[in-house]
Amino acid sequence: MSLTAPLAHLGAMVLAALAATGRLALFAGRTLGHLLTPPFYLREFLHACLQIGWLSLPVVGLTAIFTGAALALQIYAGGARFSAEAVVPQIVAIGMTRELGPVLGGLMVAARVASSIAAEIGTMKVTEQIDALVTLSTNPMKYLTVPRVLAATLTVPLLVAVGDAIGVMGGWLVGTERLGFNSATYMKNTIEFLEFWDIGSGLVKGAVFGFIVALMGCYYGMNSGRGAQGVGRATKSAVVAASVAILASNYVLTEVFFSA
Amino acid sequence: MIQIEGVHKAFGANQVLRGVNLTVGRGESMVIIGGSGTGKSVLLKCILGLVRPDAGMIRVAGEDVTRVSRDAFLARFGMLFQGGALFDSMTVWQNVAFRLMRGKGRLPKDQAREVAIEKLRRVGLKPEVADLFPAELSGGMQKRVGLARAIAAQPEIIFFDEPTTGLDPIMAGVINELIREIVVEMGATAVTITHDMTSVRAIADHVAMIHRGKVRWTGPVAEMDATPDPYVQQFIHGRAEGPIESVR
Ligand SMILES: Nc1ncnc2c1ncn2[C@@H]1O[C@H](COP(=O)(O)OP(=O)(O)OP(=O)(O)O)[C@@H](O)[C@H]1O
Ligand SMILES: [Mg+2]
Repeated sequence: MSLTAPLAHLGAMVLAALAATGRLALFAGRTLGHLLTPPFYLREFLHACLQIGWLSLPVVGLTAIFTGAALALQIYAGGARFSAEAVVPQIVAIGMTRELGPVLGGLMVAARVASSIAAEIGTMKVTEQIDALVTLSTNPMKYLTVPRVLAATLTVPLLVAVGDAIGVMGGWLVGTERLGFNSATYMKNTIEFLEFWDIGSGLVKGAVFGFIVALMGCYYGMNSGRGAQGVGRATKSAVVAASVAILASNYVLTEVFFSA
Repeated sequence: MIQIEGVHKAFGANQVLRGVNLTVGRGESMVIIGGSGTGKSVLLKCILGLVRPDAGMIRVAGEDVTRVSRDAFLARFGMLFQGGALFDSMTVWQNVAFRLMRGKGRLPKDQAREVAIEKLRRVGLKPEVADLFPAELSGGMQKRVGLARAIAAQPEIIFFDEPTTGLDPIMAGVINELIREIVVEMGATAVTITHDMTSVRAIADHVAMIHRGKVRWTGPVAEMDATPDPYVQQFIHGRAEGPIESVR
């Protein structure tokens, strides 16, 4: 093996990654194009809202309450090192609304929704249902992709809002039951401390993460390989790609929103 | 009606179609036969634009299929897929009425349902099946639902990919008769893929045999038995010995 072989391998990997990014960007562009032109499938959209938004409430709620509770314990322990235990309500609130609410909510939705979209559309692809849609004069991008992407973009921020509230409640529960905070003071400190943009930025992140999740699910589903193995691979890739993209875009958005 | 000239298609290293030439006249019933994996289904998908050929030209009613407006073009077609390809999130009648309830001139729900039930009856399915989901049907029943969906909107050109595989002999007879009726009464152009020689004789005006990515023989069904072509003879009589090698 020559010395340059690893370099060639690396180069090939970079090129493949760039090509995949390009294809994904084209797919996103086409989705946005179809979003603006009729026909629109209202029933599919409402169904997707139910599947993506409403049915994700339990997982997002559970994730939020345990995260808020653990956060309160950690901040209390950390704050105790420099006699700042009193900041628990404020830090729980800002941590949940700016970061943990959207990111953990987004990741849970990625696990639940990107996988199911990719598996569903991938199965439709391998059983020729996508071909059948085309022959029945229905554009699969409009009929399958647009409703899901739109529904996720609109409902994930709502999930994040609910998650924020539940997370703060988790902190409040631990704060009042375990750490000896006064209930009214805890709530007052939380509400007075939070600014609109703390919550608003998290909701914007939620919309971006929702878009990413549904887009990855649809993209990998539509490009699924043949057979059960192809669908399995598409599902896995959709979840991995959505999760990584959520974390990466979260960093970028945080830089844009909060760096001075 | 359909002209296919020099169509090539490869999937990676797998050369499937190697210059197919075929003409199907208006109102004619063409049956395509040929060994498993010779690219019959791929050929139909090329005509519909679901698979893009590497080379060659396909015209429908004189128009190049890669240049036509897709919606108007596809509105003229009905297709029965080999695997049925039913939408498993919808009930049987919603599958059959899928096209009727969309686009220009869509029917109201009750009317679409009535048409769907009538089409189901024509393929030998009872109205009770209408509200089941595809997963609750047997393979042969799914096939017939696919058939009902393909003919529901009364298309001018209909493709049937193995309409009788998985059916009992009586049901196969019913379906053969139905396809014949559609061609004769509705004046539709039909292209059918089948491995069932009884079907070939019942449905076909013309027959084309595909072998090694090319049309090996084509002609009127009446001349099929008399052709000296050893490939055709081996195929229609189902002999293991002959020029078509079978791997064992
Ligand atoms: N999407 C695809 N990707 C890769 N290869 C494909 C694809 N579709 C078909 N093929 C290959 O093309 C060849 C022909 O397939 P096709 O389905 O047209 O066969 P067929 O003549 O319809 O056979 P059968 O009578 O068994 O249905 C096969 O070798 C198959 O593996
Ligand atoms: Mg086939």
